[in-house]
Amino acid sequence: MAHPAHAKAAHHEDHPYGIRRWLFSTNHKDIGTMYLVLAMVGGIVGGLLSIGMRMELMEPGMQIFGNPEMFNVFVTAHGLIMVFFMVMPSTMGGFGNWMVPLMIGAPDMAFPRMNNISFWLVAAALVLLVTSLFMPGPPGTNGVGAGWTVYAPLSTKGTPGPAMDFAILALHLAGASSILGAINFITTIFNMRAPGMTLHKMPLFVWSVLVTAFLLLLSLPVLAGAITMLLTDRNFGTAFFDSAHGGDPLLWQHLFWFFGHPEVYILIIPGFGIVSQIVSTFSKKPVFGYLGMAYAMVAIGVIGFVVWAHHMYAAGINVNTQAYFVFATMVIAVPTGIKIFSWIATMWGGSLNFRTPMLWALGFIFLFTVGGVTGVVLSNAGVDRSLHDTYYVVAHFHYTMSIGAVFSIFGAWYYWSPKMTGYMYSEALGKLHFWLMFIGANLTFFPQHFLGLAGMPRRYADYPDAFVGWNMISSVGAYIGFAGLLVFLFSIAYMFARKERAAANPWGVGATTLEWTLPSPPPFHTWETLPRIK
Amino acid sequence: MAIFDRIKTVLGAAAILALCGAAYAKEGQPVPWQLGFQPAASPIMEQIHSFHTYVTIIITLIALFVLGLLVYVMARFNEKRNPNPTRTTHNTPLEIAWTVVPVLILVAIAIPSFRLLFAQYDFPKPDLTITATGNQWYWSYEYPDHGITFDSIMVPEADLKEGQPRLLTVDREVVVPVNKNVIVGLKSNDVIHDWALPAFGVKLDAVPGRLQSTWFRAEREGIYYGQCSELCGRNHAFMPIAVRVVSEAEFADWLAKTKAAASLDDASKMAAAQE
Repeated sequence: MAHPAHAKAAHHEDHPYGIRRWLFSTNHKDIGTMYLVLAMVGGIVGGLLSIGMRMELMEPGMQIFGNPEMFNVFVTAHGLIMVFFMVMPSTMGGFGNWMVPLMIGAPDMAFPRMNNISFWLVAAALVLLVTSLFMPGPPGTNGVGAGWTVYAPLSTKGTPGPAMDFAILALHLAGASSILGAINFITTIFNMRAPGMTLHKMPLFVWSVLVTAFLLLLSLPVLAGAITMLLTDRNFGTAFFDSAHGGDPLLWQHLFWFFGHPEVYILIIPGFGIVSQIVSTFSKKPVFGYLGMAYAMVAIGVIGFVVWAHHMYAAGINVNTQAYFVFATMVIAVPTGIKIFSWIATMWGGSLNFRTPMLWALGFIFLFTVGGVTGVVLSNAGVDRSLHDTYYVVAHFHYTMSIGAVFSIFGAWYYWSPKMTGYMYSEALGKLHFWLMFIGANLTFFPQHFLGLAGMPRRYADYPDAFVGWNMISSVGAYIGFAGLLVFLFSIAYMFARKERAAANPWGVGATTLEWTLPSPPPFHTWETLPRIK
Repeated sequence: MAIFDRIKTVLGAAAILALCGAAYAKEGQPVPWQLGFQPAASPIMEQIHSFHTYVTIIITLIALFVLGLLVYVMARFNEKRNPNPTRTTHNTPLEIAWTVVPVLILVAIAIPSFRLLFAQYDFPKPDLTITATGNQWYWSYEYPDHGITFDSIMVPEADLKEGQPRLLTVDREVVVPVNKNVIVGLKSNDVIHDWALPAFGVKLDAVPGRLQSTWFRAEREGIYYGQCSELCGRNHAFMPIAVRVVSEAEFADWLAKTKAAASLDDASKMAAAQE
């Protein structure tokens, strides 16, 4: 005999309010929304940090940071926040949580309470990381200045003070959150697809989340182990990375990049899925080469685990080892090429509509190609000898991350926000946002290729005077991109103020996935009756 | 306004460069508005140059090809010109082509790439061996066969002489003979640093607890600058590397003088100790 209150709580139409709705949330849509809000906070903080760096680098000499270590702190925090608290919470936590159950016809995630703890762990992690900025770090400075790669021994003996320990614990929490989230996604996608939704009928965004979840599940435990070793080296007298006591600094680099390289695919693969959905929708055509697209992502994920030491060509690893990593890294270009060409083939013969989400997807395809081909250059250890740790690398990974991942996130926002909020965004503001970011990002990062070729090392608070020209242009580009971010924030406020109702399917015949068959916004509980897929 | 002054300087510099076409007049250090690598001063860097040019041509063509396809698709298959989309989702020959052609391109890149990589590790018979030790935040050098050791510290802006580049000039340069094989051993006393010299195509981490080596053969006399290339803390940007390449006679002269100064220094120290 159930208690009446208990019976009510278990009822499927339960719609809690206030603390019970948000703090104790078990609803995938609410948790997705909280992830998106967190990602927005992370993006604003990370963006402000990058503006600080570009202000410092606009001219030679020390401008705004009295202490160069403070610049290193900004570099480190920008990297960590953008990776762990902007891109991951928005693609996986935000859009993944919102859309995966809707797209596969499941009522919710497989483990709703675990979903809740995943979110609150990452929120706590962000608080810890931001706290670390204000804790004592290297002598005379607060914060962690060892880069997001926190190479030992700079991160052990080189950074006394609790700031580094706070950052390590932040990564522990963020990592645990992601592992739980990955288990949730894998279980949901494998077990809770609606009748008829076979693996080979799943939308490509769901495929991308599935592949990413496996990468998270396999790579984050390695990071957790490595940073635990870092923690014990720092505090409990172990010597994993201390050569004076039999350890080896290169062990850290191997462990870190065994996590770190899959991590960069964790950041971009959901973007592949998003772009596939958008391109198909606005071309009014099914995705070209669906199976090739899905298995290209699987291939990228698998190969992503065996290329880590291409980040270490200058570390002094054996020449034959380098040769292997050159070969393995180049192989990744093949599935990536398949994706690029399949997107173009999807559009070929289509009936293209250039609304805001499509602009972001088109921008993504070209600029990700640019970032991809410079990756082919960098894969060659011989030429990486000259480019390693220069701005060429910064340009390369911002073309794939700052343009690739971020453009896919903004595309996903304009594509799905009518569904999630029930309101239409302003097309004019969305396009203004796109063009500001497109011009800003290119102006910021393209000249950095030249700086890198000329030999400017990265993570420098000040540089020889010859580098001033391109740095000036790069900074101006960053300000234009930041103006784009302000337009984005304004467009969200405007969307909620204007309250223009969005139709269940605002995109027309091209939008064929299940979420568009639901009202906008979808009710609190969806797919209580499972849809049947033909 | 400082910014406008800066823009004026920058534009002026660009105009001068464009006028006299002397973009690469200064060897061994970067120049304003530089677009590519620094001029090669060693055979390895020459190979890096030509390989990089080769790969850059390939990737530029690929990027332009993708851009061209995108522009064509946007112009030809937009809603106005093509209101009725096709349902084509497969074309096996095409899919095979865009898998196989990239593989062939990668093979064409990989073959010279491996040649370059193994050339970099093909250590020649050394004519001179030096070791560079990274410290926070300066380099120490040793000529083990000649008993010379010294620290090399960046010259602060206030002490620079006319024509010395800011953040690159050091108080004591490494001196090596021209056209000789120089092996550089790398060590570190604290955290990881990286000894990089763009004009020589050399970059290698100095890792605590390891002795690693690289090599170069400078083909022209002059002074060549590099900078620490692995984040090493507060003054990472302020521990430059400067190598002066001189003729064999000058090098012998330098060796003799430096050794004499060192032994004089030792003698005076001994004398001081005895007093």
